[in-house]
Amino acid sequence: MSAWVDHNLHSLRVALKRLTDTPLASLFTVLVIAVALSLPAGLYLLLANVQRLAGGVPTEAEISLFLKTGVGPEQGRKLAAQLATRPEVRSVRFIDRDEALAQLTAAGLGEVAASMPANPLPHTLVVIARDPAPASLERLRETLAALPEVERVNLDTDWARRLAALLELGRDLVALLAILLGLALAAITGNTIRLQIYAQRDEIEVARLIGATDRFIRRPFLYFGAIQGLAGGLAAWLLLALVALLLEDSVARLAASYGTTFRLTGLTGPESAALLGASTLLGLLGAYFAVGYTLRGLDTPR
Amino acid sequence: MIEFDRVTKRYPGGHEALSEVSLKIAQGEMVFLTGHSGAGKSTLLKLIAAIERPTSGQIIVNGQNISRLKRAALPYFRRNIGLIFQDHKLLYDRSVFDNVLLPLHIQGLSGSDAAKRARAALDKVGLLKRERARPITLSGGEQQRLCIARAIVSRPALVLADEPMANLDDAYAHEIMEMFRAFNQVGVTLVISTHNLDLIRRYGGRRITLAQGRLVESEPAPTAASTAPLPA
Repeated sequence: MSAWVDHNLHSLRVALKRLTDTPLASLFTVLVIAVALSLPAGLYLLLANVQRLAGGVPTEAEISLFLKTGVGPEQGRKLAAQLATRPEVRSVRFIDRDEALAQLTAAGLGEVAASMPANPLPHTLVVIARDPAPASLERLRETLAALPEVERVNLDTDWARRLAALLELGRDLVALLAILLGLALAAITGNTIRLQIYAQRDEIEVARLIGATDRFIRRPFLYFGAIQGLAGGLAAWLLLALVALLLEDSVARLAASYGTTFRLTGLTGPESAALLGASTLLGLLGAYFAVGYTLRGLDTPR
Repeated sequence: MIEFDRVTKRYPGGHEALSEVSLKIAQGEMVFLTGHSGAGKSTLLKLIAAIERPTSGQIIVNGQNISRLKRAALPYFRRNIGLIFQDHKLLYDRSVFDNVLLPLHIQGLSGSDAAKRARAALDKVGLLKRERARPITLSGGEQQRLCIARAIVSRPALVLADEPMANLDDAYAHEIMEMFRAFNQVGVTLVISTHNLDLIRRYGGRRITLAQGRLVESEPAPTAASTAPLPA
C-alpha cells in the first residue's frame, strides 16, 4: 500500500517535471486547450446571461380581446371587471374604441382613420395573465375566445416562443461545441503524450527490460495528461474571467442606455468545478488512449 | 535453471539466427557463450530473457515455459533476471544512484530500504563515490560497472551479460570478471557472452560455442571454481 502511494507520488513528480522541463511547449499546449475549452464555456455563459436578461424583462403575456361590434362600452367595462376576478388573470384594461382611434391618430395614422367613414376599431380588453407559461396562456386564450362578447383573441407570445427556441438552439450549439472541442482536447492531449512517449523511449525500453509493468510505465503519462487538462481548464477559466472583466464596462454602458443595470455573471462554483473536472477527465482520457496505443506500437517484435 | 529443447529462431525476413539448439544450464553455473559475431549469441540471451520468442522449440527458464508466458506475466519473470548490455542502456537523464534505484522502484521498493540496497550494489562495483554523478561523465568501464550494479541490485538468481567486456581494456575486463566470479560464488547463475577466449581460459567455467546459429560445442561443466587457474 505504501509502495503504491509512493509510486503514485513519484509518478506525479515525474509528470510535473516533464511538464516543467519544456515550459514553452507546455505553455502552448495549455493555451490551445484553454482556447478550445473557453469557446463552449464562453458560449454557455453568454446564453446564461441572455436567459437571465430575458427573465428580467416582464414577460407578462398580454392577451388582446377584440369585442364584437354590437357590444357597447358599458358592457365592455362590465366584462372587464368580471374577468379581473378570475384567478388566472392579473389585470384587465378596457380600451374604448374612440380612445383607440385617438391613440392611432396620435401615432400619426390620423389621416388613414379620417378617410374611413366610421371608426373601424372595436372596443378592446387587454388581459394580463398571472402565469406566463405558454401552456397556461394557451388555455386562458381558449377560455376567453369562447366568451360570447368576444370577436377575436390575439395572444402575443410569438416573441417569447422565438426567444425560447433561440435559447434552445443555443443550448444545442453549446452541447455540440462542447463535444467537438472536448474531442479536440482529448486529441491534443493524446498527441502530446505520444510525443512524450517517443521522447521517453529509452527509459520505457529499459524499464520494460528490467521488469516494469505496463501500469508502472503508464502512470506518469496519465498524471501528465490529467495535469495538462487541469491546467488547460484553469487557463480557460481565467480567460473567461478576463473576457468578462473586459466586457463589464461596455455591458454596463449598454444597460445604462436602456435605463437598466445589468451585470455579467461568471461561472458559478459548481460550473467552475464542472469545467475543471471535465478538462482533467478529458486530459486523462486522451492520455489513456494515447499511452495504450503508443505502447503497443513500441512492443518489442516477437 | 535454463533448458533449451530444439529451439529455432527465425527473424522476419527469413534469417535463421538459431537452429535446433538444445542445451541445459544448471543453477549456480557460470557459462560462457562464444562464437563469432552473428553466430546467435545475442539471440540466445534474448530468448532466455524472453525479449524474443522462439519460432519453434521449447525454452524453460526458472521452471517457466517462455513460449507460454503471458504478456502480463513478463515483467514479473524479468525481475528474476539481471540483464547486462553491451551498450549499457543507462538512463542519462538521472544520477548513477537513480539508475540503480530504478529496478527497486519498479518492484515497489522505495525509501531508505531501497536506498540502502542501491548503495550496497554500487559499493560492490566500486562506484559508491560516484553516486551523484551523471552516467555520461563515467568512463566506459565505469558505465559497464554501473550497468552491472543495476542488474544485481534486485538480487536476481540469474544474470545474463551480453558482451560485457567488449570495448574494455584488459584491466577493466579482469575487474569485471572478478565481480562475476564473486556473484557466482554466492550462487548466482551467470550466462556471459564473449569472444574473448583468453578470459575464458583464465577464469574457466563452462563454454558453449555457437556457429551460424548451431551449437558446436557444449563442454560439460567442469568444476569451474576449483580448476580455474587464478588470474595473474
